[in-house]
Amino acid sequence: MKSSLIVLFLFFNYLSFSQLQIKGTVLEFNLDNKEKVLSNVNVLWLDSNIGTTTNELGEFAIPYKKEYQKLVVSYVGFKTDTITVNRPNLGKIWLHPDVELEEVVVRKKLNPIQKSLFNVQNVVTVDSREMLKAACCNLSESFETNPSVDVNISDAVTGAKQIQMLGLNSPYLLFTQENMPSIRGASQIYGLSFIPGSWIESIQITKGAGSVLNGFESISGQINSELVKPLTDSELFLNMYANNYERYELNTRYNTVLNDKLAAGIYLHANLRDGIIDRNADNFLDTPLAKQINFMNRWQFLDPDKGWVSFLNAQFLLDEKQTGEKNFDPKTDQFTNNAWGSEVKTNRLDISAKLGYVFPELPYQSFGYQTAFSHHDQNSYYGLNLYDIKHTSYYSNAIFNSIIGSTQHKFKTGLSFNHDRFEENVNTTNYDRIDNSVGAFFEYTYDNLEKLSFVAGLRLDNHNRLGTFITPRLHLRYSLWNKASLRLSTGRGKRASNIFAENQQLFASSRAINIVNNSGNLYSLHPETAWNTGIGFVQKLYLWNRAMDLSLDFYRIAFTDQVIVDWENPRAISFYNLSGKSVSKSLQVDLSYELIQNMNLRLTYKNYDVKVDYQSGSLQKPLQPLHRFFTNLSYETPRKYRQRHWRMDFTLHWQGEQRLPNTTTNATAYQLPAKTAAYSIINSQLTRAVNEKFEVYLGGENIGNTTQKKPILSAEDPFGPYFDSTVLFAPVLGETYYLGFRYRL
Amino acid sequence: MFTTKTFGKIIWMASILLVSVQLNAQDKNKKVSFEVKGNCGMCKARIEKAALKVKGVKYVNWDIPSKKITLILDENKCSPMDVRKAIALKGHDTDSTKADIKTYNNLPACCKYRDPNSIHMDHGTKH
Repeated sequence: MKSSLIVLFLFFNYLSFSQLQIKGTVLEFNLDNKEKVLSNVNVLWLDSNIGTTTNELGEFAIPYKKEYQKLVVSYVGFKTDTITVNRPNLGKIWLHPDVELEEVVVRKKLNPIQKSLFNVQNVVTVDSREMLKAACCNLSESFETNPSVDVNISDAVTGAKQIQMLGLNSPYLLFTQENMPSIRGASQIYGLSFIPGSWIESIQITKGAGSVLNGFESISGQINSELVKPLTDSELFLNMYANNYERYELNTRYNTVLNDKLAAGIYLHANLRDGIIDRNADNFLDTPLAKQINFMNRWQFLDPDKGWVSFLNAQFLLDEKQTGEKNFDPKTDQFTNNAWGSEVKTNRLDISAKLGYVFPELPYQSFGYQTAFSHHDQNSYYGLNLYDIKHTSYYSNAIFNSIIGSTQHKFKTGLSFNHDRFEENVNTTNYDRIDNSVGAFFEYTYDNLEKLSFVAGLRLDNHNRLGTFITPRLHLRYSLWNKASLRLSTGRGKRASNIFAENQQLFASSRAINIVNNSGNLYSLHPETAWNTGIGFVQKLYLWNRAMDLSLDFYRIAFTDQVIVDWENPRAISFYNLSGKSVSKSLQVDLSYELIQNMNLRLTYKNYDVKVDYQSGSLQKPLQPLHRFFTNLSYETPRKYRQRHWRMDFTLHWQGEQRLPNTTTNATAYQLPAKTAAYSIINSQLTRAVNEKFEVYLGGENIGNTTQKKPILSAEDPFGPYFDSTVLFAPVLGETYYLGFRYRL
Repeated sequence: MFTTKTFGKIIWMASILLVSVQLNAQDKNKKVSFEVKGNCGMCKARIEKAALKVKGVKYVNWDIPSKKITLILDENKCSPMDVRKAIALKGHDTDSTKADIKTYNNLPACCKYRDPNSIHMDHGTKH
């Protein structure tokens, strides 16, 4: 009986253990948390030679042995794991890669603002990471962490942000979107707010004359924005934003890749500014009530084998703004003295197409054609002033790229055509006009493969209002020593000034409009021409093993003819052609340094000396600080599991004294000092990336609450003679706090 | 009368002529590819410069991982051998030319591709 019990026990034992299979699955541990099984992994009882290997599913089964308690799991390239066997199914066993054996690839993260050492032109490339630092919301607001351009607000009523380069206002800049002119003519003031920041992949800021390929209009420089591309963009993007002034923004993008050559994207932006904000208690809204719907459909075709590339874009925009006195109701008060108010309604359609061909056998030879159509329709009134503008534009450009002898000598040549039709009404006066131009260009690039390279361009244009003229441009780069470049540039630009579209803020004042007839064919004025000459130096070096960039540049823009916008009489705005000198000199010194790992500091000093011969004498351009200082400090924590990290960013702008336009002929109560005091503005942002798909950000703009106490002259009597919202030298809106998130798939 | 021997000679000469005619039909955009030894971005700049300075070479690209150079050249002006020689003169071996040891020794340490350890050195950043 006893023995049979033992037999039974043994039998049991046999059943429960000897037959038992210990099972498990071996997987590779990786940071993406993806389940990758490992096959042929050795699984062995500790201190024995009894073992097995995993199958192609990573699974193993090994008979249980009473005398062993531990399993050794080992695989080449991974850390060996020893597991105590305390259950029949060991489940998932994660093997960690053996780091010592793995080759470590050290990659230098590129600075989000890149100053090229090798580009012949002075180009600063701003990528989408930098754009995230200014969490809001459109192109005009994306330069706030960037010292190459200055952002200022045109007036105290519309709150439109304008940018300046080299001391000149934005009309002297040539804006391009994927190398096709955009933000021209009628959209000059508000156009920057029509390009949502989240659609932008990168921005290239070129200081100086620029290339002849994109036309003759650029005088201070060029800003090109590249939009995200359906083939490379994430499938889904969603961003929402809200701030303490009831401003809400929605950005979403959806891309679908139809096959390996064709992809399409649908991009949508909507914003709403719904808050009646009047912190300075002047009864005027500090920020307009606004709404915008912006939609884009984009197609990308790319066949690298055959050499074809093509884009097709269609964008539609509806934008409405209402501003003025708090109690203004458009329905009852429009064009009355009940209350001062303004509405600006814009709808705009943009269609553009691009076609490029690279000869598959000759990689240096290519052909490109781009064409664009736009229709811009703005209906607006500012108090009792009516301003309507319709601008229809066609643009076509064909470029052929090739070489002369070898790739040391490259050239680009082509033809361009431009048609602009303006229907413009200022109160009761009509200023309709049609501009046509055709041009041919040739640009030669030389590279001696060592120190010297230059780009020399020439274009010949025939324009029905500007005449027939040539535009020469030259850029030269010479590398002085290791990691140092010297750049020189010179070139001429010519343009037709759209005096009302570019200076719309004048309507939000009681100033009389005075055009001094010069029997020209642009509002009776002559076109503008200027020479831009610059010199720059860049040195990159390593200081205490950390990257440092030092750059210095100086530009001088001298107008041979200009349409002067004269604000010096407080009761009028005058437009007249330059007689005398108008010279803008600007100096910029930049220093950027990585203080500790992932912490970057950028310091900039700018000096603008913009002197214009007004009718009343030679003066500094008003509302233009002579000295500016900028600093940005950014920090990013190391990326953890699934890209989890923090990003922090701090920016300080300091603006020196500004000369104010003359107000001595006003009644004493409406006189302003000759100069304003210096002030600074602080912006900061904190971003938490929860994982590679989702991040939340919180930020503050104008944290010090620097505002102009009385941004509007005679705000209490907006229909009186002294009403003027155009003398704005500091922000109207105080501290702004915002919160937002981004999600991408 | 022709003997069979002279007839054979004529045929032989005619075929030579034909071949040389074919040889004369030289390509203005001849694509050539061969191996060039080297390590890094500094090597790339040196190799490409040497090749592009040869008269007749229109386009050069040396691919670091595969060590292959791709050229487009005008066969009327130069031959692929001229390019190989020019590259070797700057210290880089090709599939059929070898650089002089003196020139090779003057290369920066990280570019000394004959030493298998040189690939692991710090090659600096070209840009």
